[in-house]
Amino acid sequence: MHLNNVGSLWLRRYAVFVACCTFGLVIAGGLVTSNDAALSVPDWPLSWGRLVPTWEGGIRYEFAHRVAAMLVGLLTVGLAVWIHWQAKACPTTAVGHALACQSERSSDSGGTRLAWAAVVVVLLQAGLGGVAVRFVTPAWATIAHASMAQLFFAIMVAICVGLYAGFGGSWAAPTLICTVALFAQTVLGAGVRYGVIAAVAHIAGAVLATILVMWAGLSILMQHMDNPKLRRAAMLLLSIAFSQVFLGIGALMARVAYADAPQPMPMMVLFTVAHVAVGSLAVGAAVALAMLARPDAFQVHGGMVTA
Amino acid sequence: MKKTWIAAVVAGIVTLASCGGDKPAETAKSEATAPAGGVLSTPDEANGGTITGKVAFTGEKPKMATLDMSANPACERAHKGAPQKSEEVVINENGTLKNTFVWVKSGLPADKQWAVPTTQVSLDQNGCMYKPRVIGLMTGQNFEIKTSDPTNHNIHPQPTVNPDWNESQSPGQAPMTKSFARQEVMIPVKCNVHPWMRAYIGVVGHPFFAVTGDDGTFTIKGLPPGTYVIQTVHEKYGPMEQTVTVGAKESKTVDFSYKG
Repeated sequence: MHLNNVGSLWLRRYAVFVACCTFGLVIAGGLVTSNDAALSVPDWPLSWGRLVPTWEGGIRYEFAHRVAAMLVGLLTVGLAVWIHWQAKACPTTAVGHALACQSERSSDSGGTRLAWAAVVVVLLQAGLGGVAVRFVTPAWATIAHASMAQLFFAIMVAICVGLYAGFGGSWAAPTLICTVALFAQTVLGAGVRYGVIAAVAHIAGAVLATILVMWAGLSILMQHMDNPKLRRAAMLLLSIAFSQVFLGIGALMARVAYADAPQPMPMMVLFTVAHVAVGSLAVGAAVALAMLARPDAFQVHGGMVTA
Repeated sequence: MKKTWIAAVVAGIVTLASCGGDKPAETAKSEATAPAGGVLSTPDEANGGTITGKVAFTGEKPKMATLDMSANPACERAHKGAPQKSEEVVINENGTLKNTFVWVKSGLPADKQWAVPTTQVSLDQNGCMYKPRVIGLMTGQNFEIKTSDPTNHNIHPQPTVNPDWNESQSPGQAPMTKSFARQEVMIPVKCNVHPWMRAYIGVVGHPFFAVTGDDGTFTIKGLPPGTYVIQTVHEKYGPMEQTVTVGAKESKTVDFSYKG
């Protein structure tokens, strides 16, 4: 069975489930940083010398994040194995089917590569998390860890969309640039969160990213207004991006308002974590739009409907 | 090729997991070394100069926030009936400022090296608060970190010129001994399990420092005759400096005043 065959319905559902769990993991990571709990578990891979530490204070956030990361890692390996197995199975009972199978193989191999790339990234993430704990949160490791989380989520979204619309083909320039700009914004945001760069760089990046999102979203809308899938994807990206701007303003205002607070305040935590989470959704929406807007997305092969 | 990459990444992570271990951070070595042909000096309290003073506070008293310890029942129980307020600014009853670090910033003879005091300095975690909030140390001077709490703590100083470290301390665990090798005023200390916990450590290369207490005063004894820059540092209100000249067996008063 091919990845885009209706018989892979459960694979698609599983991929969406893993992507949702990944989103949850991004939120868990945001809670760790916003609650200043990153080093509440001073050892790695054990937690306070045990498999399960005492559930208190900042330890709750850090340990929950580690458990979620482990689960997502296992789910990702499962996804990669499933995709790999599905892509290898190819019906050759008829010439027509064999030809369709061959043309699908390049797309499926792209999906397989992406799935194994996700495994590599999630393992790197685990390593970076360990480095952050073992070496007392060096800035480069924490920023890389935060950025890699966004990249991993983007890969999961790409896998989900690819299982519906295929993995082959190239991205249009506006959507590609928009995706890169949004990812760069998440890196800048991580730099601000860890005190390496000033907020003004992230704010300037937000202006540029918003312009690029509007360029990509509106160009897709103008060219494909009659295509409901693309129309919805473009509207979704625009909505998320604008929400992110307001969340960013809220996060900044919360930080300023509670700058002198003796401990992380709930409103500050809420806004900053929401901003991180919606940031990952923005990157994911950009990836989804870029993949859906490819010329050969949802192609029909050999009589088999792949959408 | 793919399998090789995956194997390399897994091997890297396994190596990372096993390296370092759970050994405590290496205790920094003292930078106090005897000058060639000489001995380490100690404050001459009998013949030296003395600088005393107080750190006053004027203006509107800031309202300190009540700490939310609900995330840790043990901490909440320790303050049952009397919720703990933030100790970022503590104004004494006589209108002076507590927890201000005072030190001789400059003016000491350049050719003198000072012996590390053997006085025991302790930082206790009690009621999920650091006690005392501010301590002074000489470079290379050991200080003890202990816990009196029935809950886990991690001790995470955030120096900029000294090596960073983060240690755990479970209830009943034996005190640990640490020191800082380089002068640094001030090093914030925090606990990531209890994010409201804060302490500050002033590390200087000589023994002429003090921390204001409940009466807001400070005394620095045994100074060689000379002209000194005295600096006070408060965690919220920052530094202030004054210059004072003191002779042998002379006592001078230098008062500081922070405005709220």
